[in-house]
Amino acid sequence: MRLIMAADITEAVSDLFKQANCELGEDVLAALDKARREEESPLGRAAIDTILENARIAATEKIPLCQDCGAAVVFLEIGQDVLVVKGGLYAAVNEGVRRAYNEGYLRRSMVYHPFSHRTNTGDNTPAVIHTDIVPGNKLKISVLPKGGGAENMAKLAMLLPASGRKGVADFVVKAVAEAWSNPCPPVIVGVGIGGTAEKAMTMAKHALLRKVGEPSPDAENADLEQEILDKVNNLGIGPMGYGGRITALAVHVESFPAHITALPVAVNLQCHSARHRETVI
Amino acid sequence: MEHNKESMVKKVNLPLTEKTEQNLKAGDNLLLSGVLYVARDAAHKRMVEALDRGEPLPFDIEGQTLYYMGPSPSPPGRVIGSAGPTTSARLDGYTPRLLAAGLKAMIGKGVRSLEVREAMKKHKAVYLAAVGGAGALISQTIIKSEVVAYPELGPEAVLKLEVKDFPATVINDIHGGDLYVEGKAKYRK
Repeated sequence: MRLIMAADITEAVSDLFKQANCELGEDVLAALDKARREEESPLGRAAIDTILENARIAATEKIPLCQDCGAAVVFLEIGQDVLVVKGGLYAAVNEGVRRAYNEGYLRRSMVYHPFSHRTNTGDNTPAVIHTDIVPGNKLKISVLPKGGGAENMAKLAMLLPASGRKGVADFVVKAVAEAWSNPCPPVIVGVGIGGTAEKAMTMAKHALLRKVGEPSPDAENADLEQEILDKVNNLGIGPMGYGGRITALAVHVESFPAHITALPVAVNLQCHSARHRETVI
Repeated sequence: MEHNKESMVKKVNLPLTEKTEQNLKAGDNLLLSGVLYVARDAAHKRMVEALDRGEPLPFDIEGQTLYYMGPSPSPPGRVIGSAGPTTSARLDGYTPRLLAAGLKAMIGKGVRSLEVREAMKKHKAVYLAAVGGAGALISQTIIKSEVVAYPELGPEAVLKLEVKDFPATVINDIHGGDLYVEGKAKYRK
């Protein structure tokens, strides 16, 4: 049994959200650099130049990359031998979010009730927390401040099993085509296939935590990622929808066994400001 | 309007004059200087309600430019926090009323509804996009910010901004050009 202080979790979560909101990861910057080299459209290249220059300014001036500092999505992998002491786990995570958004001059964007009481909670809590129990005595915390423009373009389909791989690819490409200029392309396309409805969407979101462009460890999924990426980049939408070759930086697929009657597919889009950070306590 | 030939960027003063507006083409990269007003969902709702009651708007919208934006809090010593565009589609339902009231230009991101595009044609208005997610860069072009209406809305109050070389791209011009449609068609395979 290993004891982890709730206060240490709060501090880690706070640091991760502050950093994620002001500094793009190396993987994202590298993917944008590559996109800049490959983009054929002059307006598309100019948009990527602006995005890269924005990243430089945000990191140096310590101001948020985007005014939409997101809903605070947190993935926790908790070793089963961990005991959190001196405070509740979720309370500690929420306190970290509160601290980051207040101290870091990050925009608070959460409202109390989705349709009846749209008043700001004032501190960007509650976080959306996903928890996995895993072997070991460590706690892995991944944070993903998720902006509204891209999240609002999420799609779920319960396909017929007979639709097969083609049905999956077609649905994902259509979701990106319909999102068009709205999710701030070039996007990262998170795809969850299989499980149940909620499992598929959680996988689609979790896939966004992967280093941008790193292929799935599963060969079949990796192959599907490439096929969808090629098709998406033939849509012509381009950076910010101004027309161009690079509509997506990457496609990340996760899959899970499915019920005999079902082929769920979920799409969760990530804007080019792909802010995510992780740490292990 | 000055043309900076090297970078193919047009320098444009706000509010737009009729002559400047005539020369804007879908796909032009602009650097805007002058005054623009910031309003998003809650302020739009209030403005349209005021029009419904036959009341004047809290600022003279004739010929003006609206920027769809909700900034992050201003750190000490700064005019404004991160200040990039939000998704324009959320304002589509309110926009035709404001165009009829004299609004000439809008800055946001993402495609507008068919209704808004038709209303823009009718009232000779333009739609510009700023690069979404470039809030840090855009904040450096904002030299003054003040609340001019609905202070009770907090971060959704109407702001009047003074900007210098604010980067934007023409999406819908007054000649029927539409960069989102044309750009996609050009690069589609």
